[in-house]
Amino acid sequence: MNNTTAQNYIDNAFSQGKAFIPFITCGDPDLETTEKLVYAMEKAGADLIELGIPFSDPVAEGPVIQEASERALKNGVTTDKIFEMVQKIRENSFVPLAFMTYANPVFTYGLDKFLSRCKENGICCVILPDIPFEEKGEMLDKFQEYGVKMISLIAPTSKDRISKIAAGAEGFVYCVSSLGVTGTRTEITTDIAAMVEGVKEVNALPCAIGFGISSPETAAKMSRVSDGVIVGSAIVKIIGVHGRDCIEPVCNFVRELKDAMAKQ
Amino acid sequence: MTEINGRFGAFGGQFIPETLMNAVIELEEAYNKYKDDPEFVAELADLFNNFAGRPSNLYYAKHMTQNLGGAKIYLKREDLNHTGSHKINNVLGQVLLAKKMGKTRIIAETGAGQHGVATATAAALMGLECEVYMGKHDTDRQALNVYRMELLGAKVHSVTSGTMTLKDAVNETFREWTKRIDDTHYVLGSVMGPHPFPLIVRDFQAVISKEIKAQMLEKEGKLPDAVIACVGGGSNAMGAFYNFIEDKAVRLIGCEAAGLGVDTKDTAATMATGSVGIFHGMKSYFCQDEYGQIAPVYSISAGLDYPGIGPEHAYLRDTGRAEYVPVTDDEAVEAFEYLSRIEGIIPAIESAHAISYAMKLAPTMKADQIIVVNVSGRGDKDVAAIARYKGVEIYE
Repeated sequence: MNNTTAQNYIDNAFSQGKAFIPFITCGDPDLETTEKLVYAMEKAGADLIELGIPFSDPVAEGPVIQEASERALKNGVTTDKIFEMVQKIRENSFVPLAFMTYANPVFTYGLDKFLSRCKENGICCVILPDIPFEEKGEMLDKFQEYGVKMISLIAPTSKDRISKIAAGAEGFVYCVSSLGVTGTRTEITTDIAAMVEGVKEVNALPCAIGFGISSPETAAKMSRVSDGVIVGSAIVKIIGVHGRDCIEPVCNFVRELKDAMAKQ
Repeated sequence: MTEINGRFGAFGGQFIPETLMNAVIELEEAYNKYKDDPEFVAELADLFNNFAGRPSNLYYAKHMTQNLGGAKIYLKREDLNHTGSHKINNVLGQVLLAKKMGKTRIIAETGAGQHGVATATAAALMGLECEVYMGKHDTDRQALNVYRMELLGAKVHSVTSGTMTLKDAVNETFREWTKRIDDTHYVLGSVMGPHPFPLIVRDFQAVISKEIKAQMLEKEGKLPDAVIACVGGGSNAMGAFYNFIEDKAVRLIGCEAAGLGVDTKDTAATMATGSVGIFHGMKSYFCQDEYGQIAPVYSISAGLDYPGIGPEHAYLRDTGRAEYVPVTDDEAVEAFEYLSRIEGIIPAIESAHAISYAMKLAPTMKADQIIVVNVSGRGDKDVAAIARYKGVEIYE
């Protein structure tokens, strides 16, 4: 996969109306179920799928994803096993895939090894919430060398930082909807439209909103002011309740949110 | 002096969520504004001298020196500070700074409770709201410290995520900070975390080596040959080392907690068993597996029971300026009992790790050489745990 292809995957994800981007933790409850979920969510309308590589200490996550990470690690999931699963997925599907994890699992695995395996297996981008703008230099050269996009995040507290973050962004911009960690919220009060506008002033990249989106109504509302919506905890919660039988309820939920967004 | 753009060589940095970036930038600006402000400096000096009881004594340990034979041993008595450890130095500085920044609420992590108690104390003194995060494992073990913090007006949260110890308390305090930033300052307890914390905490703790240097020159007319301190995150060691970094003849020795031994899984010796990683806002050494999952660590000392170490220590080690040695539970307990009997000073079990290494080193040195050991805290909090370790069933 070369540089253009990574961007092509992302462009495809955002080319058919507003993108719906679900997040699941790899290996929760097991990697077989994760693989099945990828196929099923693609059919249900997912445009890009975020695969979480579980980390022992996920500081940006709320309790739902923390617990999913713990379950996955207890089950013996490793970065190697996740790459093997992605390789299998690629025999059956070309759905755009992103990794979401933390700096340490990537750094310790070895940047070259990690990114070359991303490239081989069509992982178009990686989201690392503990690498802010100031620390991108730690990894950016390697990401560019392998043609994998390092996703930039902006938050409600970013304010005057938005333009410099957006100017250096690649792939798409991840807009964090509100203060705090991941997890469902009853409402989102941040002026998302202004955040997105701040990005668009300096960069035409797609903007996707994440953190706290759990209902069709919020998904629809957020998609009105952006290019896509990321939903994690609400899906991971369903997986937590249903375990291996989660495929159908997750797909129903994905369809419901995708439909609500399409009606906008 | 060794810090450039938030890095100590390759170590340090600001590996935190974007949500917190403006908060640490605001903190750095405020720190730069106040650190040399005469009014701030005078207020902090007043708190140090009249509230914390500084300067702390540099005590000549005559019996220990005679008993061990070899180097002359001095003890820096941080255990005599108000709240019983060096933690108060950093806390008074940070809480005063938070107040200047207009913050009305402070949050902090704590392991055994030393930093939590110090933070609750400073919050009570300066009239700020205070919430402390402590792993459930530690709130159970250190119930008395929980009550102590509550007595001082703090709210204590028992953290049930992960391994329910210090690293999880740090995770949870960072999470809490991302939820509420405007009125809240995170009083980080050690020379770790994202820049500027390692620098700020080191500067507030540097009073230890500043005093040692002056006291040493007054008592002996020369600098010590070695300074020994225990290291978890590394704040008391950084404070004891800092003003000696340029004095190349002074050996700087950090003693980390080896737990049951560096060849076992039950250890917290980051330098001896860890590798470079990125966690808790910093690039440094961490105990972790091949996939970068942070290891559950163990030490008899809850204050050293941390899987990482501050970035300036990583730098001092890689440049060869400081040495780091592992000390086991058994050795620390032996030193705990030794100092209690021979000098009538019960050290914190953390500090006992440093005492233990001094016991090994002193006999190898000459009588005209000098060792300073930083007694970072007092051991009253550990008495029941040590009794249990020795098979005596005492509960607080």
